[in-house]
Amino acid sequence: MLPKDALDSSLEMVIDLRDRNFAALLAWLIPGAGHMYQGRWGKGVLFAVCILGTFAFGMYLGEGNVVYAAWGDDPSQHRLPYVLQIGVGAPALPALVQANFDSRPFGDFMAPPKLGPQTIFENGKQRTDPDELAQWNRRIPGFELGTVYTMIAGLLNILAIFDAWGGPVFFVGGGQRREDDEPKPPGSASS
Amino acid sequence: MLPPLLLALAATKLWYLMPLVVSISLVYAATRHELVDEIIKHAIRFGIWIVGFMGVVFGLIYFLSRGL
Repeated sequence: MLPKDALDSSLEMVIDLRDRNFAALLAWLIPGAGHMYQGRWGKGVLFAVCILGTFAFGMYLGEGNVVYAAWGDDPSQHRLPYVLQIGVGAPALPALVQANFDSRPFGDFMAPPKLGPQTIFENGKQRTDPDELAQWNRRIPGFELGTVYTMIAGLLNILAIFDAWGGPVFFVGGGQRREDDEPKPPGSASS
Repeated sequence: MLPPLLLALAATKLWYLMPLVVSISLVYAATRHELVDEIIKHAIRFGIWIVGFMGVVFGLIYFLSRGL
């Protein structure tokens, strides 16, 4: 339960956060699920739609190739955006599986790009790129934008996780200071 | 002729900003309030602030780059 003095002065509300550690875990795993667990259905649906929608749109722009995990000895192959994309939770977890198994259990879905020269046929002509990542950057116009969208989805879910764990940061009076916070001129009597 | 064309091409990508502004505004506002009315009001104010700030930065960069 939130303490009463943390409440918005314009309304009376009590928010039951229940087991907030579990709510935070759920909020990470599935955006909005932590809030739904707490009975905060409106916000849960809002977070789910906004965060998953942003993530899905990013995947669409990048033709499904923008979320993958890659690390190793060569720093140029490290996929740093994944550090933020994993903030979305379960939707980004297949990339971890794909990165750890050479057999690629999910096919090419969220799989890291293949190394070495890659040749494809485009418009009847054979085209070779230095590696599959270079091919994606050349062939997919929305690759960078899709990466940005999925990263932002992960960051937004971090905010949602904090909200599930600690409740909202209430404004008091819509940004105006309360009367007892107003500075008083020197020598005036307090009310 | 070329600079306005390039600007027009770049501007079409700016439409991709809109879903992001909506999403970020709503999620940020939702972390500040609990009631949907308050969330939407704050999200609208925040979205306008984002677009306005970016507009100011755009104007500044455009003005500074005019002599280049």
